[in-house]
Amino acid sequence: MSAAHFGAAVSRNEDARLLTGQALFVDDVQLEGMLHAAFLRSDYAHARITNLDVSAAQESEGVVAVYTAADLGEYWQPGPLLVPPQPIERLEFHCATQVPLAKDKVRHVGEPIAVVVARSRYEAEDALPLIRVELEPLPAVANPVAALEPDAPRIHEQFESNLAAHAIQEKGDYASIVDQAALVVRRHLDHDRGASAPMENRGVVASWDRKCGELTVWDTTQAPIPIRNGLARMLGLPETQVRVIAPFIGGGFGPKIMMFYPEEVLLPWVTMQLGQPVKWIEDRQESFFATTQERSQVHDAELAVDAEGRILGVRDVFVYDAGAYNPYGLTLPINTQCTLLGPYEVPNYYTEFRAAFTNKPIVSPIRGAGRQPGVFVMERLLDIAARELGIDVMEIRRRNFLPPDAFPHDHGIIYQDSASLVYDSGNYLPALERAAEMIDYHRFLDETQPALRAEGRHVGIGIVSYVEGTGIGPYEGARVSIEPSGRVNLATGVGTQGQGHFTSFAQIAADQLGVEVADVEVVTGDTGKFHWGTGTFASRGAVVAGNACHAAAVALREKILEQAAQELEAATADLELVAGTARVKEAPERSIAFGELAVRANPLRGGVKPGTEPGLEATAYFGPEKGSTASGVHAMIVEVDPETAMVDVQRYVVVHDCGKVINPTIVRGQIIGGVAHGIGNCFYEQLVFDENAQLQNASFMDYLIPTATDVPPVDTDHIETPSPFNPLGIKGAGEAGAIPTNPLFAQAVENALQVPGLEVLEMPLSPNRLFELLCAAREAD
Amino acid sequence: MRELHAIQLTVNGVRHERSVEARLLLSDFLRQELELTGTHVGCEHGVCGACTVLVDGEAVRSCLMFAVQADGSEITTVEGLADGGAVPDLHPLQAAFRDAHALQCGFCTPGVLLTLIPFLEQNPDPDEQTIREALSGNLCRCTGYQSMVEAVRALAEGVGR
Repeated sequence: MSAAHFGAAVSRNEDARLLTGQALFVDDVQLEGMLHAAFLRSDYAHARITNLDVSAAQESEGVVAVYTAADLGEYWQPGPLLVPPQPIERLEFHCATQVPLAKDKVRHVGEPIAVVVARSRYEAEDALPLIRVELEPLPAVANPVAALEPDAPRIHEQFESNLAAHAIQEKGDYASIVDQAALVVRRHLDHDRGASAPMENRGVVASWDRKCGELTVWDTTQAPIPIRNGLARMLGLPETQVRVIAPFIGGGFGPKIMMFYPEEVLLPWVTMQLGQPVKWIEDRQESFFATTQERSQVHDAELAVDAEGRILGVRDVFVYDAGAYNPYGLTLPINTQCTLLGPYEVPNYYTEFRAAFTNKPIVSPIRGAGRQPGVFVMERLLDIAARELGIDVMEIRRRNFLPPDAFPHDHGIIYQDSASLVYDSGNYLPALERAAEMIDYHRFLDETQPALRAEGRHVGIGIVSYVEGTGIGPYEGARVSIEPSGRVNLATGVGTQGQGHFTSFAQIAADQLGVEVADVEVVTGDTGKFHWGTGTFASRGAVVAGNACHAAAVALREKILEQAAQELEAATADLELVAGTARVKEAPERSIAFGELAVRANPLRGGVKPGTEPGLEATAYFGPEKGSTASGVHAMIVEVDPETAMVDVQRYVVVHDCGKVINPTIVRGQIIGGVAHGIGNCFYEQLVFDENAQLQNASFMDYLIPTATDVPPVDTDHIETPSPFNPLGIKGAGEAGAIPTNPLFAQAVENALQVPGLEVLEMPLSPNRLFELLCAAREAD
Repeated sequence: MRELHAIQLTVNGVRHERSVEARLLLSDFLRQELELTGTHVGCEHGVCGACTVLVDGEAVRSCLMFAVQADGSEITTVEGLADGGAVPDLHPLQAAFRDAHALQCGFCTPGVLLTLIPFLEQNPDPDEQTIREALSGNLCRCTGYQSMVEAVRALAEGVGR
């Protein structure tokens, strides 16, 4: 195989459509006779529904129907548990999943109570205030630690408490080594929630064709195939009669993998009731309540080290806020447990969490998916240990890295994919050294910082490491085919939310087939085109679907060579595939175009050999036994104004290792975008709930997404440690940029201010909060 | 039936006459009445900038304006930037965005392009900070903005022309 395209910085196949406004997003679907839905949502975080009267709304101009839970009959069912509990010994797990419309009780602000369907969105919204709903408020609980107190208001009556889960994972024996430690660092660390905030809100368009018995759903989902399968089951339709299309999606970042959202369950049902297409598009305010959120965890952690700063063990006990329902199971706290270990040798580890139901919106993964709080804990404890032992922060990391010959490395605890946490490969020191070199770490500390300090400027540096488990199973598939026109089609099941799959998958196939990247027409996320697969999550698209594309393209290449060998009367070994033709290497005038081979592979008359498969087409699947572990080092220089506590991130460096890179431009874009998200999580973005679990900042006026003036230029470089666990050697890259930003920011801010006693042990910060911490440290000093 | 108001306006060089409700947002008018769905709606409260279009040459958030307020005006949407055809001839700014990988999901992109076009007319050779300030009213969750800045710089420097 020539590798002309894999690894090349090719510009993207999809860009022309996106740049000219020709790409189809869900809200762009316009159908004849289409109706519009709007949802009545709870204003209270916890309340009993005592009365619900929709009669006035039904009379409102343009309204076609209003539905409540009572109208759904047998169709009203709690959603599925998406991720069954992982096989951890003595695990306690209580599952309560979201419902299509609240029946007796609401458990978070924004929980849907009724849906209005009208001729226009305007008319549907006009009718919402005409619904008479009486809600008797119940005491609400916002704080996950308070939720576990014995007298906390009970959110799910079927359980004895708000405990959603309890799990302990252990390796080695932490208790036995803690007395031998030269230093034990114990801290309480707090990590709060943020929103994923893709620029495109969620949306669903559902259209029932009664005569064909066919349901078509356009959905902003990261998982169209499981949505298709689930809808078919719920609606009693054959899977082949349900088509779910995730067209261009305006960013996902995790919450669009959640399923089933109430709207995804209801819109298909409504179109079957009414026989007309129906559209629902979430508005921005709704998205702050109705779309899942992430990252609230409270940790009590300790790190035991020897006199040289070598890790003897870690003990971490934390509370995880699941929100009002827990359909995503334990993926997030388990990711936290596993990712906390980072790139380090940790011989003894005790990790225990309790998951709590709260009266806040549902929690499911957002870019990083439970990894941020774990990385925050470990990196902060290492920083503090380094300070107390008088070791440089780089040096303590260097002393604890797993060496390059330690792989595959089995940590012996259970990961989110229900298997033991195994790192496939890694080489951590070169990334640390390269990042230090790029940001000029030592010169900054030795020369630049003292000089700036003399000018009265508070400028600091930080450097941290992390790993990210990516590319987990179960599997994805792809089909590559060539039409008689010579056109190359590639279809795969994963959806695309901006990652460039239309290009990177085309690069993989183009190398096998000897065509240009732009000649491969890629379709993703349409169950009508490919209907096996799971979805886009866990930085797995390039790894799992990418390897499936490779396998399918290799199989098609074989098929082309065999057919061409017959047609050209040559041995397959003597053939090459060039520019859409198969030809004899030594006699290139003896050639046949792919299109012609496709015609001959699908004869209209005559006989074929028994066992012949028609068409120039191949389908293949890839399922890795284990995921691949990416890693990296981030470094930052930040200036802090001690009077206002405003910060200015002046430099940002990322050295990242995601194994073999398909398209360096796309990977760089993913990394830098992740950093921007991470910077938001450090200093700008916090979902602020009051004691009644009422969200205080549900708009882009109040919830701050970093803008172009908030995000610094980011310099990136790459270390390549291929994964031995997949044929292409790829590791995932989509989430990495956002993962280590919080501890990096904390370390750099402390380094800038150098106020004794100032420890940043919570995220996100804000100018106000940093100022408070600064004042408290100065007072204590 | 609510009262309707007759409006006439020119969008991407094509004249349209319609009767609309007073409350119909310009963004909804463009997307639903004219089926120009390249204009995207991201927040409907004027912060994200995805719905930016040109009204009489100026960048305007179409979610903060009623269609009736656009009566008599000349509007450019993202569909009006490139010459049509099966393979569109991209506007130089669009080409610069493609070449610099300045878009990922592409949802915010139409609004960003239409913010930058009048900006570049007034600032043909902007420095990085000026570009960042020009972009600061448009939210993007994918790119971290850096590649957008690079696209504008490349265009200003005439790279690839």
